[in-house]
Amino acid sequence: MAGGTRTGSLLSGTEAPAVHFENVGMRYGMGPEVLSDVSFEIAPRSFQFLTGPSGAGKTTLLRLILLSVRPTRGLVSVFGEEVSGISNEALTGLRRRMGVVFQDFRLLDHLTTYENVALPLRVQGRSETNYRAEVVELLRWVGLGERMHVLPPLLSGGEKQRAAIARALIARPELLLADEPTGNVDPTLARRLLRLFMELNKLGTSVLIATHDFGLMDLIDARRLVLGDGRLRIEE
Amino acid sequence: MAETGAPPRPAPAASPASASEPSLPATLRRNAPLVPTDTAASRALAAVIAILTFLAALCAGAAEIVATSAGQWQGAVAQEVTVQVRPGPGRDIDADVTRAQEIAKAEPGIAETRIFSKGESERLLEPWLGSGLDLSDLPVPRLITVKLASSPAPDLKALREKLTEALPGVASLDDHALWLQRLSTMANTFVGIGIGIVALVLAATGLAVVFATRGAMAGNKEVVEVLHFVGANDDYIARAFQSRFFRLGLRGGAVGAGAALLVFALAGVLARISRSGPAGDEIEALFGSFQVGWRGYFLIVLIGVIASVVTAVVSRITVRRFLSW
Repeated sequence: MAGGTRTGSLLSGTEAPAVHFENVGMRYGMGPEVLSDVSFEIAPRSFQFLTGPSGAGKTTLLRLILLSVRPTRGLVSVFGEEVSGISNEALTGLRRRMGVVFQDFRLLDHLTTYENVALPLRVQGRSETNYRAEVVELLRWVGLGERMHVLPPLLSGGEKQRAAIARALIARPELLLADEPTGNVDPTLARRLLRLFMELNKLGTSVLIATHDFGLMDLIDARRLVLGDGRLRIEE
Repeated sequence: MAETGAPPRPAPAASPASASEPSLPATLRRNAPLVPTDTAASRALAAVIAILTFLAALCAGAAEIVATSAGQWQGAVAQEVTVQVRPGPGRDIDADVTRAQEIAKAEPGIAETRIFSKGESERLLEPWLGSGLDLSDLPVPRLITVKLASSPAPDLKALREKLTEALPGVASLDDHALWLQRLSTMANTFVGIGIGIVALVLAATGLAVVFATRGAMAGNKEVVEVLHFVGANDDYIARAFQSRFFRLGLRGGAVGAGAALLVFALAGVLARISRSGPAGDEIEALFGSFQVGWRGYFLIVLIGVIASVVTAVVSRITVRRFLSW
């Protein structure tokens, strides 16, 4: 069931979807299927929420898109590339086109806020002089200009959240995946972050926000991918 | 990285903080390693590498001392040959000895000859027969030591033939070849054992690094995962671990090799001091001057460097294998 899908990659002159799932099933080990027959697409420059109760498989779905786990069955394509048997180099190339905000931030505690945010550029081999102004600008933009030398354990939950978002955005991703990005911030900041994601989307980034905050989702009219009992329903 | 076509970032003008635009500091990075340095585990690994390097350097130094001493002994022995003149029935041994000396002296490449007197020859038997005995009735062979010149090279084969021809069944030439061969075999065996032990110790260093790297990978699983998610490839991550372990290896190797250098330097000083004492002759006979020399010191430093390089290479290979499972 791929409501609103378009197999753009098969048509000349149209862009491949950022993500394409076809009858994807996923189980961990010999356990029950966490996801069953999931089919959907994320179109370029689209904005959508991924929602569902806790344990419904939202994080697993994000991990499948991030290519950190392989599906048990079905077909997963990212940026038009089918990922089964993909080489490590190609995998790295695809990941560099994505930005991800983890639910638990995943900031590296031994690096400063500045170093954490600069990480995606540093691993690309860019010199610090080349990206310093860019990183500082983004840190100021998310309100962490005065906290750039601080190590993550000394940041508040909201500051960590913003640092994680800045890290996801610094390399100008074509696809942004955010797992509960407003889970640790007050409603005012949550709305501000949502506006940030919408602005990014307007500039061309495909955005997928996993959340179970209906208040947040009700703020904008966007497509909703609803997970329940391992199956996906799409509300346009 | 597909920079082209990537969306631009939202305009910074939206930020209230960007209005003032304070100047940027020269650098904001502290050159912090990407892989956190677990001080307890790192110290333990550096200590293990230091101990193993120390042991390997001791073995290498000891093998070097044996090789040098054996070389000195061989050099000293090879500069001298012995002519043995046996008493025969109805022969004047003193005349035979004189004749043998004349033959030796006439040969080119002979620097000096010296006849061991009858008394000196008998004294050589004292360790076996005891002192105070009358050995005049025993047919004790007489010896002539022949010192060889470095130039022109002596032809020992011709000398042997001349002695056999002039004094058949009486005079013989001993060029110590058998003894030299045994000495050479013994020295080579010691050096071989030393090389084997150094190789084993370096292999043990490698294995210790494999376990430490796997432990570090397991302990930093989240860091590795984050690095992957932000676009680092396996080689980049392997380099990050390699850089960390190379620094540890360098520290351990430097401490181990430094300690070994200190031990050999101290041992050399102690040997020089004790040489003046009663045991000095025995020590010098066994170990020569107990100096490892520049070649030995170079070997020890080289082992420290090899231990560091082994640490770096093994950690890189381990990370690559760990990531590609």
